[in-house]
Amino acid sequence: MNLLSLFQKRATAPVARERLQILLAHERSITGRTDLVAVLREEIIAVITKHVAVERDKVQVKMERGDAVSTLEVEIEIPTALAPAESAASAAA
Amino acid sequence: MAKVLVVTSGKGGVGKTTSTAALGAALAAMGQNVVVVDFDVGLRNLDLVMGAERRVVYDLINVVQGDAKLAQALIRDKRLDSLSLLPASQTRDKDALSEEGVDKVMAELREKFDWVICDSPAGIERGPTLAMRHADVAVVVTNPEVSSVRDSDRIIGLLDSKTLKAERGERMDKHLLLTRYDPARAERGEMLKVDDVLEILSIPLLGIIPESQEVLRASNLGTPVTLCNPASAPAKAYSDAARRLSGEPIAMAVPNDRRGLFGKLFGRRAA
Repeated sequence: MNLLSLFQKRATAPVARERLQILLAHERSITGRTDLVAVLREEIIAVITKHVAVERDKVQVKMERGDAVSTLEVEIEIPTALAPAESAASAAA
Repeated sequence: MAKVLVVTSGKGGVGKTTSTAALGAALAAMGQNVVVVDFDVGLRNLDLVMGAERRVVYDLINVVQGDAKLAQALIRDKRLDSLSLLPASQTRDKDALSEEGVDKVMAELREKFDWVICDSPAGIERGPTLAMRHADVAVVVTNPEVSSVRDSDRIIGLLDSKTLKAERGERMDKHLLLTRYDPARAERGEMLKVDDVLEILSIPLLGIIPESQEVLRASNLGTPVTLCNPASAPAKAYSDAARRLSGEPIAMAVPNDRRGLFGKLFGRRAA
C-alpha cells in the first residue's frame, strides 16, 4: 500500500454522491412527479389566460388522492362581463 | 399572521427534535410568540430536550379528544416567556390522533402564536403526514450521509403531495437544514459536501449545523442548545437559521468552535 492508495481510500464522498444520484433518479421515476398539482395549476393558468383574463387566485386546482382512484378538481372563476353564460366553470376528472 | 412550520426528515436520529427545540427557542428569543408541538405520539422526547418532562400533565391527544383544553396542555417555558410546548402522549398510539382533531388544534394554535413548530416523528406513515399536513413551511433535517439524503428526498415528495398546501395546488416552502456537518471531513472527501446535498435534493439551504459536543451537552441538561450556550457554533448556526426563517438576509457560513491547543488540553467541562 503506497501513499496514493491511502489517499484514495479516504475520498469516499464522491462515491456516495454518485450512488445517490443514480438511486434517486430511479426512485423519482417510480414515484412520479411529486409537485404535479402545482405544475398542472401553472399550465392551466397559462392556457386560460391566452383566451380570458382571469385572476391567478381565482384558479383552484385540487387533488384528492385515494388508494384506487385519485380525482382532480379544477375550479376557475371567470369575470361575468367576459363570459355572461358561464361565470364559473367546473370540471372533475 | 401565524406560520406553521414542520421539522421533518424521514430518517430517525438526524436531529429533528434538537432542531425543533433550538429553532423554537431562537425564534422566541427574537421576541416571537412560539409553540413547539410534539407529534411523536408514543415516543415523545421534545419535553425531555426542552427540560419540561416533569411538568407534563395533559398532552396533544387529550386536547384532540376533548379531554383537556388547549390552555391546560400548553407548558410555558421557564426561561423564555414567549415559548410554549405542547407535548405528545407517551401512553397512547398514533391512531388516537384524528385528522379532524388535529385540524381543530392547529386552528386554535394559529390564533395564539406567531410560530407553530411541529416536531415530526420519523418514517413516512400517518404520524409524519399528520405533522406536515398543516405546514406553510417545511424544514427538512438532513445529515451528510447517504441514507439520510435518500429519506429526505422521499419526504420532500410527501411534502409536495400529502399536505393541505399541495392539495390546494400551492407550492410548499421547503428548506434544507444540514446537521452534524464536519467541514474538515467534507474538505478531505470523507463526507458529502453542502453543495453535493443541495444539488441532489435541490431545495434552498436554511442553515448548516456543525457537528459539536455542545448538542449532547444541551440535551443532557434539558436546554435548547441556542439557550444553553448561545456563543457555541451550533447555537450560532441555529440562530442564523431562525433569522433566515423570519426573513432576514443572513450570509451562509459554517460557524466552528474549535478550541486552541490550550482549550483542548484544559477546556474539558463536565455536563
